[in-house]
Amino acid sequence: MPYISNTDAERQEMLARIGAARFEDLIKAIPEGLRLNHSLNLAEPLSELEISALINEKTCQNTCSQTANSFLGAGVYDHFVPAAVDTIVSRPEFYTAYTPYQAEVSQGTLQYIYEYQTMICELTGMEIANAGMYDGATAIAEAILMAVRKNRLLKAILPATLHPEYVKVIRSYTEGTGIELLTVPEKDGVTDLEALKTMMSAEIGSVVIQSPNFYGNLEEMFALDSIIHSQDKPLFIAAIDPIGAAVLSAPNEYHADIVVGEGQALGNSMYMGGPLFGFFASKLDMARQMPGRIVGGTLDKDGKRAYALTLQAREQHIRRDKATSNICSNEALCTLAATVYLSLLGREGLVEVATQSTQKAHWLAAEIAKLPGFSLVYPKAQFFKEFVVNTPIPARQIITKLVCQGIYPGFNMGTYGKPNQLMIAVTEKKTKAAMTDLLNALKEVSHA
Amino acid sequence: MPKTIFEMHSAGRKGVTLPKREIDTQLEQIIPQGYLRKEMAKLPEVSEQDSMRHFIGLSQLNHFIEKGLYPLGSCTMKYNPKVHEQLVRHSCFSNLHPYQPEETLQGALSMLYELQNDLAEISGMANVTLQPVAGAQGEFTGLKIIDAYHKAKGNTHKNKIIMPDSAHGTNPASCTLAGFKVVEIKSNEDGRVDLEALKAVIGDDVAGFMLTNPNTLGLFESQITQISEMIHAVDGLMYMDGANLNALLGIVQPGKIGFDVMHFNLHKTFSTPHGGGGPGSGPVGVVEKLLPYLPIPMVAVKDGRYFFDYSHQETSIGKVHTMYGNFAIMARAYIYIRMLGAKGLRRVSENAIINANYLMKLLEPYYHIQHTEACMHEFVADGTKQKKEFGLSTLDIAKRLLDKGYHAPTIYFPLIIPEAMMFEPTETESKQSIDDFAEAMIEIAGECETQAEMMHEAPLTTPVRRVDDVRAVKVLDLKYEIKD
Repeated sequence: MPYISNTDAERQEMLARIGAARFEDLIKAIPEGLRLNHSLNLAEPLSELEISALINEKTCQNTCSQTANSFLGAGVYDHFVPAAVDTIVSRPEFYTAYTPYQAEVSQGTLQYIYEYQTMICELTGMEIANAGMYDGATAIAEAILMAVRKNRLLKAILPATLHPEYVKVIRSYTEGTGIELLTVPEKDGVTDLEALKTMMSAEIGSVVIQSPNFYGNLEEMFALDSIIHSQDKPLFIAAIDPIGAAVLSAPNEYHADIVVGEGQALGNSMYMGGPLFGFFASKLDMARQMPGRIVGGTLDKDGKRAYALTLQAREQHIRRDKATSNICSNEALCTLAATVYLSLLGREGLVEVATQSTQKAHWLAAEIAKLPGFSLVYPKAQFFKEFVVNTPIPARQIITKLVCQGIYPGFNMGTYGKPNQLMIAVTEKKTKAAMTDLLNALKEVSHA
Repeated sequence: MPKTIFEMHSAGRKGVTLPKREIDTQLEQIIPQGYLRKEMAKLPEVSEQDSMRHFIGLSQLNHFIEKGLYPLGSCTMKYNPKVHEQLVRHSCFSNLHPYQPEETLQGALSMLYELQNDLAEISGMANVTLQPVAGAQGEFTGLKIIDAYHKAKGNTHKNKIIMPDSAHGTNPASCTLAGFKVVEIKSNEDGRVDLEALKAVIGDDVAGFMLTNPNTLGLFESQITQISEMIHAVDGLMYMDGANLNALLGIVQPGKIGFDVMHFNLHKTFSTPHGGGGPGSGPVGVVEKLLPYLPIPMVAVKDGRYFFDYSHQETSIGKVHTMYGNFAIMARAYIYIRMLGAKGLRRVSENAIINANYLMKLLEPYYHIQHTEACMHEFVADGTKQKKEFGLSTLDIAKRLLDKGYHAPTIYFPLIIPEAMMFEPTETESKQSIDDFAEAMIEIAGECETQAEMMHEAPLTTPVRRVDDVRAVKVLDLKYEIKD
């Protein structure tokens, strides 16, 4: 049997030492009537060679975004991942280690988390970051919950421009907690400022704004700051793109109180959407209200620099039903990939990734808008690396046609009731040639 | 400790090269200045070699499975096979986008479909959602399903979840998040659910009962049939925390012995690596009557074509993850199940149970063990003898183990055993490695007698000495202050 060390002879030897004649003597506590009296109905076991063949067969039934010319985004992005990232996350020293509760033999994990926290603080302009959440959606949900712990106000405002799948997750997470979710409508692809003004009151606990928003558009963060903070208590929760953070206004510039987002784009492959990871940062006054793990610097017995999990009194293993969150396992290895990625890119490299993505996205948007039947859905809005276009025929039909040519032209907005819209994401990986292929294919569609 | 990566910064140094700009418009021409950042984020600038030396240097400060045994009880730190790691990195897994047309994802979807079915068979449940990305999120999902079931029946007064005092901390925390009130009941002298205590709190307001089985003392809850009858009598639902499923593969199907909902920890039972804290995966299985409430989407097949199934959208609890959960982790678990098959999985649990009992036998003369009956895949010893006789704590014993090249067991949990040390060797450890580990534990028992002073000082040989975590709370130092 694979991965089971002991032979039958050794089993017998051990049973004898235990004082049991046979294995069944050890499970007497399980009433006989509850035990399975037949084998599980599973496929016959495979050897390593055979499983490799089977997985190859499965992978061959997929067409990945490397073979295809993909313009899919909508929350998961195909940015370039340097080879060195995988070298580190493939180290058993990192990937087979447990959560760093025994600090003396976990300094490697603890120190990289400390560095990760520092990098997230740099990108967001915040004072404290935790070791990560499950994904962008749960990070927002947890931010809303944290805001309630801070100001005890049970109403939260979500923007209509938020990722619709995030909204579903946030609903699941807040339903049982007595929080009321309100929605501020959109206007021209961004949050309607006038509408938000009328919604603000002393009862609002937090306002979530995603920028770039679901459509890729940039929200008016400075104007939103004035509106949200016109009241004393509401917290401004900003959900941002961590690559965009290299060039777009830093959340501390517009006085965000909590900053979260989806971190996958930082050095993690897409893996059909999982694992993802959420980053979570805030001002220091919420340190004791934070969800998740936090690493702090400290000293060892000899006065030497060391790291440890800190503020653990917030967490489920100590505080149980009064914990700030139920999170235990997070997406640690993904945050390691992000830390290595950010160290390799460095400050200028990340700016370059963001800049090239923007340049290419804007060029492509302008070119598509010239095609007959195509136009930008939100011509007035500013956008980062993703944009939505009106299509002459339903996007679903365009996607079906282009898949045969090896092109994934974008996200079908018909999913959310806008059948004649296509949302297109561009990263630094796209070449002009690849974008021209998309343009030619779209041109054919518009002629047909 | 090594320098931080920020101290290695040298302005202009690069760790990666990017293609030349094909389109070189000024950023300010495409995005107005008012939207742009005023000051650069101060990320470190290092070469690739700098970065590799730094992170590999850090890695060498960790304990990990390939280095030595990891006896953490209830964490199931079994060996993580390497073929999983290689196969899952295939570009046609790693570069799949979740919104690709379904016809380009057939291989991936068929794998998820098979995994759903395999986990359903292993647990005896009607079907399984793969969406939750961690055990605690699985608990939360299961509790939402319980809530949805009661709401659908108009039982809005059912707001209590009962659990024993030996429960994992995530259980009560997940209940709070799902909007339930937690009622903790005492365990009996046997270390199991106290039926009298249970009777005393059962009422019409009970939504469900949450139980880890085998429990966190490593004991099978033998009265499970009576418990589930009592809970079902008030139309409550039985939730099983599957953290300890490694004891039951091919031996007991939880869905067939009274449980209505359970979560799996793929990163425990099904050998996916812990990653230093994650990513994990926490699928949830349910019995027939709860199928309408599973998260959307499920993976289904029709006429040989696999697809995301949203048909139960109206009754579903909704979503708990942006996409479909941790695909890369599920792929590893799928490979594991396919390589072991029914016989192999049964053998996993048998050997896990034998290994735990064997280790308990070896340690029994040296450490106090409250519940000495045969255990399942883990057992709880404690340091009360060493505390009473030599003034040494379980923490001292745990730290001394680090000196001997081992990770510590789970300590001070379950909360009901003073000075608890919970051991779970797992089936991947051989007799020799358990013998060696027991030898180390016995040596430590001796050192407690003869070298109490040294024991207070342990560990002596680890990369850092005992870490001051009180200071880490008092003097908050949560990020590096970048100087440049």
